[in-house]
Amino acid sequence: MPSITVQYFAILREQRGVSEESLDTRAQTPAGLYGELSARHGFSMPLASLRVAINDEFASMDQALEDGDSVAFIAPVAGG
Amino acid sequence: MFYLTEDPIEGLPNPPIAFTVGAIVVFEGTVRNVNDGQQVEALEYEAMESLAKKEGEKVVSEAFEKFPIVGAECTHRMGLLQIGEIAIRVVVAAEHRNEAFQACQYIVDEVKSRVPIWKKEHYSGGASEWINSNRA
Repeated sequence: MPSITVQYFAILREQRGVSEESLDTRAQTPAGLYGELSARHGFSMPLASLRVAINDEFASMDQALEDGDSVAFIAPVAGG
Repeated sequence: MFYLTEDPIEGLPNPPIAFTVGAIVVFEGTVRNVNDGQQVEALEYEAMESLAKKEGEKVVSEAFEKFPIVGAECTHRMGLLQIGEIAIRVVVAAEHRNEAFQACQYIVDEVKSRVPIWKKEHYSGGASEWINSNRA
């Protein structure tokens, strides 16, 4: 199982209670990983409203996860 | 250039301006005291810093590609802001005003819609809410 670092920001950080965690997952994509995490932590954000970054680059929710990846789920942004 | 800062933007110097420009447009987005009918006491900004810097730089570069401008810089404040403080400042310099206005608007719009920065409003009475997230 790949070992993944997940970073949380803003609303997801508050709902998870930490800003970063490392975990082993069976999920093969960010979409699958979010489903797993959401079931565990009860995130309020639907997957469709999120973007994802892998290793500090915007990525697709279907991109294959690799061991050591750093994943950040990005809730709708609100700068300015 | 694109910057994130914990320090008040009010105290930061403006970028140096070349003598080739005939127009300088400065946009300052400030914290207002009401949003959606709710009394706002303060705002809090958080960023995914690594990606926000990359994406912010990309936005500013795009402004140079799309408009004939001479200089452009965007600074976004992080942390807790009080009413009236500057949350974002965009400075664009160009030979003529049209492209300066357009590039400035482009940068503000794109930063607001793409750069991973989040805003939490703190209301009088103690409630708070992450904007765009709770109603998604």
